[in-house]
Amino acid sequence: MIALLARDLRLAVRAGGGFGLGLAFFLIVTVLVPFGVGPETELLARIAPGILWIGALLACLLSLDRILALDWEDGSLDLLATAPLPLEALVSLKALAHWITTGLPLVLVAPALGVLLSLPAEGYLWILVSLALGTPALSVIGTFGAALTVGIKRGGLLLSLLVLPLYVPTLIFGAEAARRGAEGFSTATPLALLAGITFGTIALLPFASAAVLRINLR
Amino acid sequence: MMPDLGKYAFAVLASYGSSLALLAVIVWASLRRARRIRADLEKVEARRDGKS
Amino acid sequence: MEQRATASLWEWANPVKFLRLSGWLLPWVSWGAAICLAVGLVWGFFFTPDDFRQGSTVKIIYLHVPAALMAINIWIMMLVTSLIWVIRRHHVSALAAKAAAPVGVVMTAIALVTGALWGQPMWGTWWAWDPRLTSFLILFLFYLGYVALWEAIENPDTAADLTAILCLVGSVFALLSRYAVLFWNQGLHQGASLSLDAEENVHDVFYIPLLVCIAGFVLLFVALLLLRTRTEIRARRIKALQARERAA
Repeated sequence: MIALLARDLRLAVRAGGGFGLGLAFFLIVTVLVPFGVGPETELLARIAPGILWIGALLACLLSLDRILALDWEDGSLDLLATAPLPLEALVSLKALAHWITTGLPLVLVAPALGVLLSLPAEGYLWILVSLALGTPALSVIGTFGAALTVGIKRGGLLLSLLVLPLYVPTLIFGAEAARRGAEGFSTATPLALLAGITFGTIALLPFASAAVLRINLR
Repeated sequence: MMPDLGKYAFAVLASYGSSLALLAVIVWASLRRARRIRADLEKVEARRDGKS
Repeated sequence: MEQRATASLWEWANPVKFLRLSGWLLPWVSWGAAICLAVGLVWGFFFTPDDFRQGSTVKIIYLHVPAALMAINIWIMMLVTSLIWVIRRHHVSALAAKAAAPVGVVMTAIALVTGALWGQPMWGTWWAWDPRLTSFLILFLFYLGYVALWEAIENPDTAADLTAILCLVGSVFALLSRYAVLFWNQGLHQGASLSLDAEENVHDVFYIPLLVCIAGFVLLFVALLLLRTRTEIRARRIKALQARERAA
């Protein structure tokens, strides 16, 4: 299992693009927002938590089709499916690898990008906490979407259409926690609900992803 | 005959118009596809019966 | 018919029975739908008084409420038929779910459009991020994703399996979104609820034609569902026959 995880991580870093692309995209989205809404510090500070969350979500989405597509194309997915490792564990590992290569870097650079959007001082901690708690859910849900569309040629657009509605609850609770934190309110409730979604999806969704993958490999 | 809709005439008429149009579209599309598929099936079946 | 059924009786037994039964039922349901819709809508549009608060906009209720009801119930029906497909491998069931989805899209669209047109004079805005409106918009997105997935996959059995699981997972997330949205908007403006509960302030004058309209929408959906499922069954049969022709 660990060997598989290490292999996925190595591939992601080495294949060039996959690793840094999400981060670059996140940066560009954050830079574009002030061009779109104007440079007033007050307005930017107000929308900063939401922008950072949406940017992270889109950056996450961008790399989803790489989770399974490469293994599908070269046939190693068929091999992995016949291995003694259950498919549920495989998709969980894939999601974990995606989170380490995409989610975690996004979490770490988010505060730096907060500076660009003049995020209030109280907001840095909460954007970090809410993203750290929420991005695993994004990876797990995304893996489900990737498993659904793995057999489809040019499934990228379809993948977005399927996955984005599933991201709604995570986004709502995550951005709400970050916003309340930035405005100095209590963040306990949205964070608890966000944690509920994250752990719930980690526990249950791999079964759906594995079932879908089994159908696609049939 | 026409009821007096007052100042909300636009909202009411637009609602009825758009809804009926949408319903008409789905009914029409369903009927058209039903007819087309039915004709296709008859063609395919005629070909099969002719051969066997 | 008999001759055809002997070819592979097992494979076609249920669809054939379904075709026969639905063929008999379809005209009745269609006429029922047409009559109920005509009576209900004409009654609602021409022969109901204006509401003292909402004026003539109250007439929109005869489209808005039935469409909204159907939008939710069609999704639930798709969930049930998807489950039947997953558990019993009943082909008609999967095809019924596929046939229902576009009707659901239209119903959701009607609910959203009439809602916006109603909201404009009543709330002063076409769109408010009210929990109920937002939930419907999300439901609309789910419908679109579901239909798109059906369209994207070549193999019909794979498509049926994948969309069934998407429907299951989507239902859970739709429910989650519903509560998330409720939390989100209350978190923004405390107590400022724009949503008007349909049943609350409805008098009998409005209520009876509304019931007729709801019956009309239900019957229309059933008629469309039967028609579209028949079409899907025939389309599947064409595919099967063509595959056999190529193999021969």
